[in-house]
Amino acid sequence: MNLDFSPEDAAFREEARAFIAQNYPQELRDKQNRGEDLGREDYLSWHRILAKKGWSAPSWPKEFGGTDWTPTQKYIWSEEQARADTIGILPFGVAMLAPVIYTFGTQEQKEKFLPGIRDGQVWWCQGYSEPGAGSDLASLKCKAERVTGDDGKEYYIVNGQKTWTTLGQHADWGFFLVRTDPNSKPQAGISFLLIDMKTPGIEVRRITTLEGGHEVNDVFLDNVKVPVENRVFHENQGWTCAKALLAHERSGIAGVARSKRGLERVREIATTERSDAGGPLLADPFFKRKVAELEIDLTALEFTELRTLAGESSGKGPGTESSILKIKGTEIQQRLHELALEAVGHYGAPYLRDLGHNANIGPAYAEGLAGDYFNGRKTSIYGGSNEIQRNIIAKMVLGL
Amino acid sequence: MDFSFTEEQSMLRDTVASYLADNYSFEQRRDALKAEPGWRPAVWKAFAEELGILGAPFSEELGGLGGGSTDNMVIMEELGKSLVVEPYLGTVVIGGGFLKHSGYAGAADMIASIIGGETIIAFAYAEPQARYTWQDLKTTAKKDGAGYVLNGHKAVVIGAPYATHLIVTARTGGGQRDAEGVSVFIVPKSAKGVTTRDYPTVDGFRASEVTFENVALGADALIGSEGAALPLVEKVIDEAIVATCAEACGVFRRLHEGTLEYTKQRKQFGQPISQFQVLQHRMVDMFIQLEQSISMTYMADIKLADSDHERAKGASAAKVQIGKAAKFIGQNAIQLHGGMGMTDEMAIGHYFKRATMIENAFGSTDHHLARYEGLSLGKAA
Repeated sequence: MNLDFSPEDAAFREEARAFIAQNYPQELRDKQNRGEDLGREDYLSWHRILAKKGWSAPSWPKEFGGTDWTPTQKYIWSEEQARADTIGILPFGVAMLAPVIYTFGTQEQKEKFLPGIRDGQVWWCQGYSEPGAGSDLASLKCKAERVTGDDGKEYYIVNGQKTWTTLGQHADWGFFLVRTDPNSKPQAGISFLLIDMKTPGIEVRRITTLEGGHEVNDVFLDNVKVPVENRVFHENQGWTCAKALLAHERSGIAGVARSKRGLERVREIATTERSDAGGPLLADPFFKRKVAELEIDLTALEFTELRTLAGESSGKGPGTESSILKIKGTEIQQRLHELALEAVGHYGAPYLRDLGHNANIGPAYAEGLAGDYFNGRKTSIYGGSNEIQRNIIAKMVLGL
Repeated sequence: MDFSFTEEQSMLRDTVASYLADNYSFEQRRDALKAEPGWRPAVWKAFAEELGILGAPFSEELGGLGGGSTDNMVIMEELGKSLVVEPYLGTVVIGGGFLKHSGYAGAADMIASIIGGETIIAFAYAEPQARYTWQDLKTTAKKDGAGYVLNGHKAVVIGAPYATHLIVTARTGGGQRDAEGVSVFIVPKSAKGVTTRDYPTVDGFRASEVTFENVALGADALIGSEGAALPLVEKVIDEAIVATCAEACGVFRRLHEGTLEYTKQRKQFGQPISQFQVLQHRMVDMFIQLEQSISMTYMADIKLADSDHERAKGASAAKVQIGKAAKFIGQNAIQLHGGMGMTDEMAIGHYFKRATMIENAFGSTDHHLARYEGLSLGKAA
């Protein structure tokens, strides 16, 4: 057992660090620093820079544009991005959909869709949850009926509603789970469809979340016509794709590198903020202990993730241990939000979203921390709630 | 031993509850907060005239209903249930508290004007550097002839945008963090040299950064004794803490009830999710936290009439319980609502936001744990 990075890994870290320093868009950095909501082009700008370098899809097979990095290199890459506070590449295309396409898709689908995902040209959104199908995803009702069109081609006519579609307001395309056989068992009658969001009959409606942001949407589908060739894998076997995708959705969810950076930020804030005793808050015995406990918790998560990575590099795919990473990762992220909000005391209260930037009320680092705390409650709900993750561990790992 | 409320207090509760049921729905509140001025003077007028509750804790000689802190508690719990933003706490509990306890010469007139709904008070005590150390004051009031000249910056003054008057803590002597030299002043918001920068808070109130620049005050602006007002400040803040704990109990009740209701109607895996034992136990734990919070609020209310030491211990102990419960009940209410709990359109998230802000109001859980330790364990050393 050892944790040493090889000279090659050290050189890779230098390369990654230098690349970010030289190429990360200043305009994007400024917007992040001001806490502005990012627009479509902001999200895609960094993606496109990485695509040019060939680094936008490290985990993909090399033939489709993967980097062929070792697990250690991928780990270093995520650390360096977090260290530099870059935005992440949106997961919907690169991390979630693409593995489904290159695992289950046809040659035509791979050629048609993978380059746009890799290069950040096409924005994808997810059509999974429904108002009545959350944790119990397999009970979804959005219906797709197969018809022959006037042009003699085969289509699905899709009707129903999807919800919690993250950043769907920007999407060009969406991947949807739909029911193609209403008579079979819940998991058996589902198909996986790729739908052009400009197709007539699609309406994306904003859901405002409790911190005031626009991140998620309802998507209504009213007689939406989808060519049959946009189905991935077999009809009524979409659940296989869905499960594979969920495992990938969870594997990145530990967010160790980001949480390390978050912990540094809490330390920075608590160095500037004063305690009741008048010294730095970080010297306050209560606060200091909470930071230490969280740091230890994060170290445990980091080593659990490293063990998982080591397992993956010896050929095991992301397995049920990803549920551990999801539970602990999100708990730690939420705890970071709590500590940051607590650290800023009175200045956690102002709501400055509508006052424009540089409102100059309280320290700049306090702005938006309450919003982050409120918004961060979603992490233990989405991607399979933490209760569901515990069910998975109980069933799949403990055999209960 | 008796934990029951008087007939008057029960009537007071019913009156407030029924008014709010008719006039303070989630939608009515939401629309009012979105618009200017961000609160409803008409509601305040109704509190004064129709309900008469602004006189609840004042003696009958002063024109009040002859109640006390328990009446404040009853009212605050009801206000918490409806997430009321109108400034009962700042005006009646805190403003009224300073006027009653200080022997202030103008108290009778001022209280009459509070009861009538004309005077609205916000408490400007927090400073950017001071965290929860009330005597850490950079704001100064320098003697100038018979009066004073006030200078300084007060942080996040809740309710200042609605207020006619500010009650301000300032230093008339001593060093920045000394217990000696703390004084309290009442300042009309319209006084020359007072500027406010107004903004909403994350839980729907309005607040201001308040700056005093050479504000000339008469001798009659001083409340309590010059340079020796810290005990008065602590007493009033402890009363405000108990009132806030009562408000929190109202908020917690709604979070808990709302969660029970939602889980009973939300079906997944072919059954209401309330049937899952893991969620049942969670809701039981929420309920236990709620009950413990109510108990601690009653305890702290009773201790308000006790010695300074017991009063302070009681208030801090209650605030610790309320702070922990706010986190547990609030977070789990959202968790059990799933995605719906994350939306602005459902009331539950708004209760969660208020609960979260109450956690740090008048001192965080850590602050009050440390204060309790000092009061309870420090003596033995």
